[in-house]
Amino acid sequence: MDFLQLILTLDSTVRLSVVLLFACLAGLFSEKSGVVDIGLEGKMLISAFVAAAVAYETGSAWIGVLAGCAASLIFAMIHGVASIIYRGDQIISGVALNFLASGLTIVLGHAIYKKGGQTPTLTGNARFTEITLPFADAVRDVPVLGPIYSELISGQTALVYLAFAVVPAVWFLLYRTRFGLRLRAVGENPSSVDTAGISVVGMRFKALFFTGILCGIAGAYLSTAQAAFFGREMSAGRGYIALAALIFANWRPLQAMGASLLFGLLEAISNLYPKIDVFGVVTIPVQFTQALPYILTVVILAGFIGKASPPRSVGVPYVKEN
Amino acid sequence: MAEGQNQGRPDTAAPAIELTGISKAFGPVQANKDISIRVMPGTIHGIIGENGAGKSTLMSILYGFYKADAGEIFINGNKTEIPDSQAAIAAGIGMVFQHFKLVQNFTVLENVVLGAEEGAMLRPSLAKARQLLTDLADEYELHVDPDSIVEDLSVGHQQRVEILKALYRQADILILDEPTGVLTPAEADQLFRILARLREEGKTIILITHKLREIMEITNTVSVMRRGEMTATVKTSETSPEHLAELMVGRKVLLHVDKPKANPGEVVLDLKNLRYVDEQGVERLKGIDLTLRKGEILGIAGVAGNGQSALLEVLGGYADGTGEATLKGAPLPLAGRGSDGRSRRHSGIGHVPEDRQNEGLIMEFTAWENMAFGYHHEPEYQKNPLLMDNAGIQAKAAASMERFDVRPPNPKLKAKNFSGGNQQKIVVAREIEAHPDVLLIGQPTRGVDIGAIEFIHQQIIDLRDQGVAILLVSVELDEIFSLSDRIAVMFDGHIMGERMPDETDEKEVGLLMAGIVEKAA
Repeated sequence: MDFLQLILTLDSTVRLSVVLLFACLAGLFSEKSGVVDIGLEGKMLISAFVAAAVAYETGSAWIGVLAGCAASLIFAMIHGVASIIYRGDQIISGVALNFLASGLTIVLGHAIYKKGGQTPTLTGNARFTEITLPFADAVRDVPVLGPIYSELISGQTALVYLAFAVVPAVWFLLYRTRFGLRLRAVGENPSSVDTAGISVVGMRFKALFFTGILCGIAGAYLSTAQAAFFGREMSAGRGYIALAALIFANWRPLQAMGASLLFGLLEAISNLYPKIDVFGVVTIPVQFTQALPYILTVVILAGFIGKASPPRSVGVPYVKEN
Repeated sequence: MAEGQNQGRPDTAAPAIELTGISKAFGPVQANKDISIRVMPGTIHGIIGENGAGKSTLMSILYGFYKADAGEIFINGNKTEIPDSQAAIAAGIGMVFQHFKLVQNFTVLENVVLGAEEGAMLRPSLAKARQLLTDLADEYELHVDPDSIVEDLSVGHQQRVEILKALYRQADILILDEPTGVLTPAEADQLFRILARLREEGKTIILITHKLREIMEITNTVSVMRRGEMTATVKTSETSPEHLAELMVGRKVLLHVDKPKANPGEVVLDLKNLRYVDEQGVERLKGIDLTLRKGEILGIAGVAGNGQSALLEVLGGYADGTGEATLKGAPLPLAGRGSDGRSRRHSGIGHVPEDRQNEGLIMEFTAWENMAFGYHHEPEYQKNPLLMDNAGIQAKAAASMERFDVRPPNPKLKAKNFSGGNQQKIVVAREIEAHPDVLLIGQPTRGVDIGAIEFIHQQIIDLRDQGVAILLVSVELDEIFSLSDRIAVMFDGHIMGERMPDETDEKEVGLLMAGIVEKAA
């Protein structure tokens, strides 16, 4: 593999990991507050559809993103009402929302655009285009650093830059602010938050607000930046991979970035090199690379590498008692 | 003795807390009935009562956890509404719950600051709290490393963090709910010193407990609750444990059990060089030699955590030990095949575990199901090779619940819906009715009210008189002394010595518990 090929693989890795990163951070907020969110997939899907449709109608990708976030937020709030207020089973609520998104996007897509569930292709400002950073062309011929700058760092869409800017912001919010302290506490021991005079329900809804927004951006990225249309089931299980990345990252924001990049790399490899020959002896099938994120997650959960330490009250509805 | 340091204040000063006519019902259950109480500033006021008497409900109302159906709250003479915990904190009330409300993987500092932060950013709040914590530590002897992770702290230190949390919020009134239930005797003594210090500084303390000794030791005034009502409020110096016990249960109780002399028979259980290493690689039992005879109660005294639990676990069949054990003359396997809980029960060793909620019962299951557990595979519980005889088990459970005075005697209620004492009666009933040769009993009356203690003690003695060999583990020295026919003291995985209860006293046993072997006097 020559150097340029490596750069192209990494470029593909970055593009593919952005959606995982947004979704993973979305899951981080929810799970840190004690609410399991298996519904990342559904929120991404509904957002992808709404973002594509609104971007097509308005001609603005950014308005599309906002609309996608709104759709995702509505789903997050439904999840909140079911699991925080009515203390329903969080897995069931999440799975239900996934089904709802899957069906709703196809039905609405058919009804509006009559293209088998697809939206029309987005053109011009209705999609995110690549931003060429200053001097990208000038330094292209500089050895090593040149291609890294012009191919990998430059030439990404705005949402890619946003994703990597959001990571330190999330870290700061979680570990350096009052909000973060309370958020982490409510997922560990909600009764400690309750007796400190803070509303457990309020904190969890605030967390789900961030989940909704971030998941919305993830979905919108799929249909307005990574592709230029919405296709049925286009989230293709990335919500679950993001959840796996969250476990792999041990529920921490910086590690979430690492996990998303790793899983993005695996996806890039399976896209670019469907068959990998190892010394011409063994051929690694593409299915293996595709399954690797899940295998790695199981290995992590089994405690072979470090120890998974989820928020202690995740998945448990809060009932006041003393 | 219990006269406070602030007796200079005239009795006409406004009470720190005054509750008038508080009532609270949960469905058909009237938890608090028209309760009125005055707590004077700068005093320690005890509230004592059996489990389920309504003490915790009353305090939860004061802390804004529940809303009272009727009644008024006055803080320092001013009528105060307390709709939530935030309002209680604002009114200067701090509460130390029986089960700590700490975030286990946060530092002490983070726990103290949580909910009382100064602004949106964390750093200034933490810095300010660190300073204040140092001051409070010096003032009240509440030393805790602010950077420790809470889960690494001992239970006693975690409790200090709870007290610090309240003081950080400038609480003048501290409520402690059963604070010594989880403490070792030494930790409890330290707590009492801290409480006395807080009283000296003018804080008002409400101490909820069911331990008469604590009330007598530290309170100025004591209020007694029974079945949701406040039955009496008396000065501690003008009452006695017997009088308080009578007020609590509404009839005279015998704090000392009258028991006929034991008539020990042949050796049933013989242990030689019993050892056990736990999962962390710590040796918990370091060569235990014990014999247990038919018809006697062998009491194991010791400060919690000196190997008593390990002894019960190995004998009960859920930890693997090494050494030699014989039961009724036959070898008893300590590891591998035949050393599990089922084989133990089958071979005649009944077990009332120390932790009834996690090891003795399945809280989400009904009483009748719980009364068959551990014995559910015995032929008498089977209807045919495929099905269990549920109707039969239910009928048997109903009958045992009647015999053991479990209230309410409804086998279809879930275990979690019974009070602590009644849960314990269910476990005790199950193990006794299986007619064991040896009964292991861990902390039989922990968190159990006085009426039930008396009942359970009587059952244990009756069982002994039927010829059962009983191994009793308890951290309550009173209990060891009043029940045991022979006392063995454990310290650091060793048996420090055996004594006959009428030839020793609490002082000598206490020294043995601390690992000090006194020279023969």
